[in-house]
Amino acid sequence: MEYISLFVKSIFVDNMIFAYFLGMCSYLAVSKNVKTASGLGLAVIFVLLVTVPVNYLLNKYVLGPDAIIEGVDLSFLSVIIFIAVIAAIVQIVEMVVERYAPSLYSALGIFLPLIAVNCAILGGALFMQQKDFANVGESAVYALGSGCGWFLAIVTLAAIREKMSYSNVPAPLKGLGITFITVGLMGIAFMAFMGISL
Amino acid sequence: MDKKMKETILNPIFKGNPITVLVLGICSSLAVTVTMKGALVMALSVMVVTGISSLILSCLRKTIPGRVRIIVQLVVVAMMVILVDQILKSFEVTFPIDKQLSVYISLIITNCIVMGRIEAFALANKPIPSLLDGLANGAGYGMILLIVAFFRELLGSGTLFGIDILNRFGYVANNLVILPPFALILLGCIVWVQRSIQKDLQEK
Repeated sequence: MEYISLFVKSIFVDNMIFAYFLGMCSYLAVSKNVKTASGLGLAVIFVLLVTVPVNYLLNKYVLGPDAIIEGVDLSFLSVIIFIAVIAAIVQIVEMVVERYAPSLYSALGIFLPLIAVNCAILGGALFMQQKDFANVGESAVYALGSGCGWFLAIVTLAAIREKMSYSNVPAPLKGLGITFITVGLMGIAFMAFMGISL
Repeated sequence: MDKKMKETILNPIFKGNPITVLVLGICSSLAVTVTMKGALVMALSVMVVTGISSLILSCLRKTIPGRVRIIVQLVVVAMMVILVDQILKSFEVTFPIDKQLSVYISLIITNCIVMGRIEAFALANKPIPSLLDGLANGAGYGMILLIVAFFRELLGSGTLFGIDILNRFGYVANNLVILPPFALILLGCIVWVQRSIQKDLQEK
Protein backbone atom coordinates (compact mmCIF):
# COMPACT_ATOMS: atom_id res chain seq x y z
CA MET A 1 0.00 0.00 0.00
CA GLU A 2 2.84 2.32 0.86
CA TYR A 3 4.41 1.64 -2.53
CA ILE A 4 1.18 2.40 -4.36
CA SER A 5 0.74 5.73 -2.63
CA LEU A 6 4.38 6.64 -3.31
CA PHE A 7 3.89 5.69 -6.96
CA VAL A 8 0.74 7.77 -7.40
CA LYS A 9 2.26 10.65 -5.48
CA SER A 10 5.36 10.78 -7.65
CA ILE A 11 3.27 10.73 -10.84
CA PHE A 12 0.74 13.41 -9.95
CA VAL A 13 1.68 15.38 -6.87
CA ASP A 14 5.45 15.57 -7.36
CA ASN A 15 5.29 15.58 -11.14
CA MET A 16 8.80 16.19 -12.51
CA ILE A 17 7.62 18.70 -15.11
CA PHE A 18 4.76 20.53 -13.46
CA ALA A 19 6.03 20.67 -9.90
CA TYR A 20 9.80 20.89 -10.38
CA PHE A 21 10.39 21.85 -14.05
CA LEU A 22 12.93 19.09 -14.53
CA GLY A 23 13.89 17.99 -18.01
CA MET A 24 12.26 21.05 -19.50
CA CYS A 25 14.74 21.58 -22.34
CA SER A 26 14.12 18.27 -24.05
CA TYR A 27 10.46 18.47 -23.01
CA LEU A 28 9.98 21.62 -25.08
CA ALA A 29 12.25 20.55 -27.92
CA VAL A 30 10.91 17.05 -28.54
CA SER A 31 7.17 17.58 -28.02
CA LYS A 32 6.24 18.43 -31.61
CA ASN A 33 4.61 15.06 -32.31
CA VAL A 34 3.25 12.25 -30.19
CA LYS A 35 5.36 9.47 -31.65
CA THR A 36 8.82 10.88 -30.90
CA ALA A 37 7.54 12.27 -27.61
CA SER A 38 6.46 8.85 -26.40
CA GLY A 39 9.82 7.40 -27.51
CA LEU A 40 11.70 9.92 -25.40
CA GLY A 41 9.25 9.40 -22.53
CA LEU A 42 9.87 5.65 -22.53
CA ALA A 43 13.62 6.18 -22.59
CA VAL A 44 13.36 8.52 -19.59
CA ILE A 45 11.28 5.99 -17.60
CA PHE A 46 13.78 3.28 -18.38
CA VAL A 47 16.91 5.25 -17.52
CA LEU A 48 15.39 6.65 -14.30
CA LEU A 49 14.36 3.16 -13.24
CA VAL A 50 17.94 1.93 -13.64
CA THR A 51 19.92 4.90 -12.34
CA VAL A 52 17.95 5.94 -9.25
CA PRO A 53 18.26 2.61 -7.38
CA VAL A 54 21.96 2.35 -8.28
CA ASN A 55 22.56 5.87 -7.04
CA TYR A 56 20.52 5.08 -3.94
CA LEU A 57 22.80 2.18 -3.07
CA LEU A 58 25.91 4.25 -3.73
CA ASN A 59 24.53 7.11 -1.68
CA LYS A 60 23.74 4.85 1.23
CA TYR A 61 26.72 2.51 1.30
CA VAL A 62 29.52 4.60 -0.17
CA LEU A 63 28.82 8.30 0.21
CA GLY A 64 26.86 8.59 3.43
CA PRO A 65 28.42 9.59 6.76
CA ASP A 66 30.44 6.75 8.33
CA ALA A 67 29.63 4.48 5.36
CA ILE A 68 33.12 3.33 4.37
CA ILE A 69 35.43 4.75 6.99
CA GLU A 70 34.29 5.74 10.44
CA GLY A 71 33.95 9.53 10.74
CA VAL A 72 34.26 10.29 7.01
CA ASP A 73 31.38 11.94 5.19
CA LEU A 74 31.78 11.85 1.43
CA SER A 75 28.42 13.38 0.61
CA PHE A 76 30.05 16.45 -1.00
CA LEU A 77 31.09 14.10 -3.82
CA SER A 78 27.54 12.95 -4.48
CA VAL A 79 26.87 15.16 -7.51
CA ILE A 80 29.95 14.10 -9.42
CA ILE A 81 29.37 10.41 -8.57
CA PHE A 82 25.72 10.61 -9.64
CA ILE A 83 26.51 12.21 -12.97
CA ALA A 84 29.31 9.72 -13.64
CA VAL A 85 26.97 6.80 -12.83
CA ILE A 86 24.27 8.24 -15.06
CA ALA A 87 26.66 8.80 -17.97
CA ALA A 88 28.07 5.29 -17.61
CA ILE A 89 24.67 3.60 -17.30
CA VAL A 90 23.27 5.48 -20.27
CA GLN A 91 26.25 4.29 -22.29
CA ILE A 92 25.73 0.66 -21.17
CA VAL A 93 21.98 0.80 -21.74
CA GLU A 94 22.62 2.16 -25.21
CA MET A 95 24.94 -0.72 -26.06
CA VAL A 96 22.60 -3.35 -24.62
CA VAL A 97 19.58 -1.96 -26.44
CA GLU A 98 21.53 -1.76 -29.69
CA ARG A 99 22.60 -5.39 -29.36
CA TYR A 100 19.36 -7.00 -28.20
CA ALA A 101 16.56 -4.71 -29.36
CA PRO A 102 17.67 -3.01 -32.57
CA SER A 103 14.15 -1.87 -33.42
CA LEU A 104 13.80 -0.06 -30.08
CA TYR A 105 17.28 1.37 -30.60
CA SER A 106 16.41 2.88 -33.94
CA ALA A 107 13.12 4.19 -32.53
CA LEU A 108 14.88 5.97 -29.66
CA GLY A 109 17.70 7.18 -31.90
CA ILE A 110 19.51 10.24 -30.64
CA PHE A 111 17.38 10.54 -27.48
CA LEU A 112 19.09 7.76 -25.60
CA PRO A 113 22.58 9.34 -25.44
CA LEU A 114 21.05 12.79 -24.87
CA ILE A 115 19.29 11.55 -21.76
CA ALA A 116 22.60 11.65 -19.87
CA VAL A 117 22.26 15.42 -19.72
CA ASN A 118 18.50 15.48 -19.08
CA CYS A 119 17.94 17.29 -15.78
CA ALA A 120 15.10 14.93 -14.90
CA ILE A 121 17.55 12.07 -14.46
CA LEU A 122 20.04 13.90 -12.26
CA GLY A 123 17.12 15.60 -10.52
CA GLY A 124 15.62 12.18 -9.78
CA ALA A 125 18.88 11.18 -8.08
CA LEU A 126 19.15 14.43 -6.11
CA PHE A 127 15.53 14.36 -4.93
CA MET A 128 16.00 10.70 -4.00
CA GLN A 129 18.88 11.82 -1.78
CA GLN A 130 16.75 14.58 -0.26
CA LYS A 131 13.71 12.36 0.37
CA ASP A 132 15.70 9.86 2.42
CA PHE A 133 14.01 6.62 1.36
CA ALA A 134 14.04 3.66 3.70
CA ASN A 135 15.04 0.98 1.20
CA VAL A 136 15.98 0.40 -2.40
CA GLY A 137 12.45 -0.74 -3.33
CA GLU A 138 11.03 2.64 -2.41
CA SER A 139 13.61 4.42 -4.51
CA ALA A 140 12.79 2.20 -7.50
CA VAL A 141 9.06 2.89 -7.12
CA TYR A 142 9.80 6.61 -6.86
CA ALA A 143 11.89 6.40 -10.05
CA LEU A 144 9.16 4.53 -11.93
CA GLY A 145 6.52 7.00 -10.79
CA SER A 146 8.56 10.07 -11.71
CA GLY A 147 9.35 8.55 -15.09
CA CYS A 148 5.67 7.83 -15.75
CA GLY A 149 4.81 11.38 -14.71
CA TRP A 150 7.34 12.75 -17.19
CA PHE A 151 6.03 10.43 -19.92
CA LEU A 152 2.45 11.54 -19.26
CA ALA A 153 3.45 15.20 -19.38
CA ILE A 154 5.37 15.01 -22.65
CA VAL A 155 2.75 12.93 -24.45
CA THR A 156 -0.10 15.26 -23.44
CA LEU A 157 1.87 18.35 -24.50
CA ALA A 158 2.76 16.73 -27.82
CA ALA A 159 -0.91 15.90 -28.45
CA ILE A 160 -1.93 19.48 -27.68
CA ARG A 161 0.80 20.89 -29.91
CA GLU A 162 -0.26 18.65 -32.80
CA LYS A 163 -3.76 20.10 -32.58
CA MET A 164 -2.47 23.61 -32.02
CA SER A 165 -0.64 23.69 -35.33
CA TYR A 166 -4.05 24.27 -36.93
CA SER A 167 -5.02 27.20 -34.74
CA ASN A 168 -4.54 30.85 -35.49
CA VAL A 169 -1.98 32.04 -32.93
CA PRO A 170 -0.63 35.65 -33.00
CA ALA A 171 2.66 35.64 -34.91
CA PRO A 172 5.03 36.62 -32.05
CA LEU A 173 3.52 33.97 -29.80
CA LYS A 174 3.79 31.16 -32.34
CA GLY A 175 5.94 28.20 -31.41
CA LEU A 176 7.85 28.83 -28.21
CA GLY A 177 5.64 31.48 -26.60
CA ILE A 178 2.36 29.63 -26.86
CA THR A 179 4.05 26.41 -25.77
CA PHE A 180 5.24 28.06 -22.56
CA ILE A 181 1.75 29.34 -21.85
CA THR A 182 0.20 25.94 -22.62
CA VAL A 183 2.59 24.22 -20.23
CA GLY A 184 1.73 26.83 -17.61
CA LEU A 185 -1.97 26.15 -17.98
CA MET A 186 -1.39 22.39 -17.84
CA GLY A 187 0.60 23.01 -14.68
CA ILE A 188 -2.35 24.85 -13.14
CA ALA A 189 -4.52 21.83 -13.93
CA PHE A 190 -1.99 19.62 -12.18
CA MET A 191 -2.13 21.91 -9.15
CA ALA A 192 -5.44 20.22 -8.39
CA PHE A 193 -3.46 17.23 -7.12
CA MET A 194 -1.30 19.35 -4.90
CA GLY A 195 -3.14 19.23 -1.60
CA ILE A 196 -3.72 15.50 -1.77
CA SER A 197 -1.86 13.56 0.87
CA LEU A 198 -1.70 9.84 0.31
CA MET B 1 37.66 46.57 -27.46
CA ASP B 2 37.05 45.53 -31.05
CA LYS B 3 33.72 44.94 -32.68
CA LYS B 4 33.77 41.15 -32.51
CA MET B 5 34.42 41.17 -28.79
CA LYS B 6 31.52 43.56 -28.26
CA GLU B 7 29.27 41.29 -30.31
CA THR B 8 30.34 38.29 -28.17
CA ILE B 9 29.26 40.11 -25.05
CA LEU B 10 26.08 41.82 -26.22
CA ASN B 11 24.57 39.09 -28.41
CA PRO B 12 23.66 36.61 -25.63
CA ILE B 13 22.00 39.30 -23.57
CA PHE B 14 19.22 40.19 -25.96
CA LYS B 15 19.37 38.95 -29.55
CA GLY B 16 20.63 35.45 -28.83
CA ASN B 17 19.37 35.12 -25.28
CA PRO B 18 19.93 31.57 -24.04
CA ILE B 19 16.45 31.24 -22.52
CA THR B 20 14.08 33.05 -24.84
CA VAL B 21 15.83 32.41 -28.15
CA LEU B 22 17.97 29.30 -27.81
CA VAL B 23 15.58 27.65 -25.27
CA LEU B 24 18.45 26.36 -23.13
CA GLY B 25 18.47 26.01 -19.38
CA ILE B 26 14.76 26.33 -18.74
CA CYS B 27 14.86 23.41 -16.33
CA SER B 28 16.52 25.07 -13.40
CA SER B 29 15.55 28.62 -14.24
CA LEU B 30 11.91 28.52 -13.26
CA ALA B 31 11.94 26.94 -9.86
CA VAL B 32 14.34 29.48 -8.38
CA THR B 33 12.42 32.60 -9.35
CA VAL B 34 10.03 32.83 -6.42
CA THR B 35 12.26 35.40 -4.71
CA MET B 36 14.73 37.94 -6.06
CA LYS B 37 17.38 36.65 -3.69
CA GLY B 38 17.16 33.07 -4.97
CA ALA B 39 17.23 34.29 -8.57
CA LEU B 40 20.27 36.45 -7.93
CA VAL B 41 22.20 33.62 -6.25
CA MET B 42 21.30 31.27 -9.10
CA ALA B 43 22.21 33.85 -11.77
CA LEU B 44 25.62 34.55 -10.25
CA SER B 45 26.34 30.83 -9.80
CA VAL B 46 25.49 30.08 -13.43
CA MET B 47 27.61 33.02 -14.61
CA VAL B 48 30.62 31.81 -12.65
CA VAL B 49 30.21 28.19 -13.74
CA THR B 50 29.71 28.95 -17.45
CA GLY B 51 32.46 31.57 -17.53
CA ILE B 52 35.16 29.62 -15.76
CA SER B 53 34.42 26.21 -17.24
CA SER B 54 34.43 27.78 -20.73
CA LEU B 55 37.81 29.31 -19.89
CA ILE B 56 39.28 26.03 -18.63
CA LEU B 57 37.96 23.94 -21.51
CA SER B 58 39.07 26.50 -24.03
CA CYS B 59 42.61 26.29 -22.66
CA LEU B 60 42.43 22.49 -22.90
CA ARG B 61 40.68 22.39 -26.29
CA LYS B 62 43.73 21.25 -28.29
CA THR B 63 44.59 18.41 -25.91
CA ILE B 64 41.14 16.82 -25.46
CA PRO B 65 40.48 13.94 -27.88
CA GLY B 66 37.15 14.42 -29.64
CA ARG B 67 35.70 11.09 -28.54
CA VAL B 68 35.93 11.63 -24.81
CA ARG B 69 35.19 15.34 -24.78
CA ILE B 70 31.72 15.03 -23.21
CA ILE B 71 33.13 13.23 -20.17
CA VAL B 72 35.93 15.78 -19.81
CA GLN B 73 33.39 18.61 -20.06
CA LEU B 74 31.15 16.99 -17.47
CA VAL B 75 34.04 16.57 -15.06
CA VAL B 76 35.17 20.19 -15.37
CA VAL B 77 31.62 21.51 -15.05
CA ALA B 78 30.88 19.22 -12.11
CA MET B 79 34.02 20.44 -10.38
CA MET B 80 32.98 24.06 -10.80
CA VAL B 81 29.47 23.33 -9.57
CA ILE B 82 30.77 21.54 -6.48
CA LEU B 83 33.05 24.51 -5.75
CA VAL B 84 30.15 26.96 -6.03
CA ASP B 85 27.95 24.71 -3.90
CA GLN B 86 30.60 24.40 -1.20
CA ILE B 87 31.22 28.16 -1.16
CA LEU B 88 27.49 28.80 -0.74
CA LYS B 89 27.33 26.19 2.02
CA SER B 90 30.21 27.83 3.88
CA PHE B 91 28.27 31.10 4.04
CA GLU B 92 25.12 29.33 5.24
CA VAL B 93 25.16 31.01 8.63
CA THR B 94 25.54 34.58 7.43
CA PHE B 95 23.64 34.11 4.17
CA PRO B 96 21.06 31.33 4.43
CA ILE B 97 19.55 29.87 1.23
CA ASP B 98 16.81 27.25 1.11
CA LYS B 99 17.39 23.56 0.68
CA GLN B 100 15.37 23.56 -2.53
CA LEU B 101 17.77 26.04 -4.12
CA SER B 102 20.76 23.87 -3.32
CA VAL B 103 19.29 21.02 -5.44
CA TYR B 104 19.02 23.44 -8.34
CA ILE B 105 22.58 24.64 -7.82
CA SER B 106 23.71 21.04 -8.25
CA LEU B 107 21.53 20.79 -11.33
CA ILE B 108 23.63 23.49 -13.04
CA ILE B 109 25.74 20.54 -14.27
CA THR B 110 22.96 19.45 -16.56
CA ASN B 111 21.98 23.01 -17.41
CA CYS B 112 22.13 23.02 -21.17
CA ILE B 113 23.55 26.56 -21.28
CA VAL B 114 26.85 25.42 -19.80
CA MET B 115 27.36 22.41 -22.06
CA GLY B 116 25.86 24.22 -25.03
CA ARG B 117 28.27 27.16 -24.83
CA ILE B 118 31.24 24.87 -24.30
CA GLU B 119 30.35 22.78 -27.34
CA ALA B 120 29.38 25.68 -29.54
CA PHE B 121 31.92 28.29 -28.54
CA ALA B 122 34.68 27.37 -26.10
CA LEU B 123 35.98 24.39 -28.07
CA ALA B 124 36.55 26.55 -31.15
CA ASN B 125 37.77 29.83 -29.69
CA LYS B 126 40.62 31.32 -27.68
CA PRO B 127 40.38 31.39 -23.85
CA ILE B 128 39.59 35.08 -23.31
CA PRO B 129 36.66 35.31 -25.78
CA SER B 130 35.39 32.00 -24.33
CA LEU B 131 35.44 33.43 -20.83
CA LEU B 132 33.53 36.50 -22.02
CA ASP B 133 31.05 34.37 -23.96
CA GLY B 134 30.42 32.21 -20.90
CA LEU B 135 29.95 35.21 -18.62
CA ALA B 136 27.68 36.96 -21.13
CA ASN B 137 25.49 33.90 -21.57
CA GLY B 138 25.27 33.57 -17.81
CA ALA B 139 24.27 37.23 -17.67
CA GLY B 140 21.61 36.80 -20.38
CA TYR B 141 20.19 33.88 -18.41
CA GLY B 142 20.39 35.84 -15.17
CA MET B 143 18.58 38.80 -16.69
CA ILE B 144 15.53 36.71 -17.61
CA LEU B 145 15.66 35.10 -14.18
CA LEU B 146 15.61 38.48 -12.47
CA ILE B 147 12.77 39.80 -14.66
CA VAL B 148 10.63 36.74 -13.84
CA ALA B 149 11.58 36.89 -10.15
CA PHE B 150 10.78 40.62 -10.00
CA PHE B 151 7.16 40.05 -11.03
CA ARG B 152 6.76 36.86 -9.02
CA GLU B 153 8.06 38.29 -5.78
CA LEU B 154 6.35 41.67 -6.22
CA LEU B 155 2.93 40.23 -7.06
CA GLY B 156 3.25 36.99 -5.11
CA SER B 157 4.40 38.32 -1.76
CA GLY B 158 4.32 42.09 -2.22
CA THR B 159 8.03 42.38 -1.44
CA LEU B 160 11.36 42.78 -3.27
CA PHE B 161 14.49 41.18 -1.78
CA GLY B 162 12.36 40.61 1.31
CA ILE B 163 11.63 44.34 1.72
CA ASP B 164 7.98 45.24 1.89
CA ILE B 165 6.80 47.24 -1.16
CA LEU B 166 3.12 46.65 -1.85
CA ASN B 167 1.82 45.19 1.40
CA ARG B 168 1.82 48.54 3.18
CA PHE B 169 -0.75 49.81 0.66
CA GLY B 170 -3.08 46.97 1.56
CA TYR B 171 -2.08 44.68 -1.32
CA VAL B 172 -3.31 41.12 -0.89
CA ALA B 173 -0.64 38.70 -2.12
CA ASN B 174 -1.70 36.58 -5.09
CA ASN B 175 -0.82 32.97 -4.38
CA LEU B 176 -1.13 31.88 -7.99
CA VAL B 177 1.96 33.91 -8.84
CA ILE B 178 4.06 31.95 -6.38
CA LEU B 179 3.01 28.62 -7.88
CA PRO B 180 5.35 27.20 -10.55
CA PRO B 181 2.99 27.40 -13.59
CA PHE B 182 2.86 31.17 -13.42
CA ALA B 183 6.60 31.34 -14.13
CA LEU B 184 5.99 29.59 -17.44
CA ILE B 185 3.15 31.92 -18.36
CA LEU B 186 5.36 34.91 -17.50
CA LEU B 187 8.16 33.47 -19.61
CA GLY B 188 5.70 33.01 -22.46
CA CYS B 189 4.83 36.71 -22.16
CA ILE B 190 8.52 37.70 -22.18
CA VAL B 191 9.00 35.68 -25.38
CA TRP B 192 5.92 37.38 -26.80
CA VAL B 193 7.28 40.88 -26.06
CA GLN B 194 10.73 40.06 -27.40
CA ARG B 195 9.40 38.55 -30.60
CA SER B 196 7.08 41.44 -31.29
CA ILE B 197 10.12 43.74 -31.12
CA GLN B 198 12.41 41.45 -33.09
CA LYS B 199 10.25 40.24 -35.94
CA ASP B 200 12.98 38.04 -37.43
CA LEU B 201 12.71 35.64 -34.50
CA GLN B 202 9.07 34.80 -35.18
CA GLU B 203 8.31 31.22 -36.18
CA LYS B 204 6.27 30.65 -39.30
